[in-house]
Amino acid sequence: MKAHLTRRYSFSASHRLHSPRLTDEENRRVFGKCNNPYGHGHNYTLEVTVAGEIQARTGMVCDLGELDAAVLREAIDPMDHQHLNALEALAGQVPSTEVLARYIFERLRHSFRAAKVERVRLQETAQNSAEYGGERAERATAAPGQ
Amino acid sequence: MGVYAGMSKREVNVVYLTRRCEFSASHFYHNPQMSDEENRRVFGRCNNPLGHGHNYALEITVEGEIDPRTGYVLDLAELKQILEREVLDSFDHRFLNKEVPEFAALIPTTENIAVAIWRRLQGKLPTRLHRVRLYEAADLFVDYYGE
Repeated sequence: MKAHLTRRYSFSASHRLHSPRLTDEENRRVFGKCNNPYGHGHNYTLEVTVAGEIQARTGMVCDLGELDAAVLREAIDPMDHQHLNALEALAGQVPSTEVLARYIFERLRHSFRAAKVERVRLQETAQNSAEYGGERAERATAAPGQ
Repeated sequence: MGVYAGMSKREVNVVYLTRRCEFSASHFYHNPQMSDEENRRVFGRCNNPLGHGHNYALEITVEGEIDPRTGYVLDLAELKQILEREVLDSFDHRFLNKEVPEFAALIPTTENIAVAIWRRLQGKLPTRLHRVRLYEAADLFVDYYGE
């Protein structure tokens, strides 16, 4: 029997939405208040979903302590009470909710092997969240320059 | 769908309807095939034989088409009654290991409880069961789709 287990975590961090591919004026227009130079902060809620067979010995998909340790190591420790624009791995990228969700998913997928990391959902505020599960899709037309 | 056999195909809108309810219960984790020491190591504080409790939140999602007569996928009052009869009456304010037969020889983890609830509901609902989501706490839930 295959179950999907979701665990919720939280961390607080600051960031600034600013793209080096845009002019200062464009950055201000596109990102508005989020472009303010000193940054601003959020209380993020992170949901990590793993999937797998329920183990007969434990009744569980995986050991929650191991999952917690992996999420702490890969996401919470590097991000909690940090300025996300300073993360080396995201250099040159805008630390939007989408980019952060993808980054956390990729890190967890490579380091946590006890069950399949299926999805990451990152909530920036009660109004906004992004989900990423590594899906790729073909699009009819590719945008130029990508 | 049998009603429509031999008739021209039609397209329907599939709608998912979720009902949430809560129950409070106690449990503990113990595998009799493992030594006491191993049980303590694997299950930690959850291994306390006197048990401990949670306020569980159960979300049942059914799938179906909208009945043009009522605008409903399913009568929520009927779903509520079925949930009470099949699940809540035997789970709420109970010690799951001792009082719910499924867990006489099965560890009542969130995963196993979700599967047990699915099995209790399957075939008892007037429309297809899509998902059982069981929250043990606000930061932990399990989804089961009958897979």
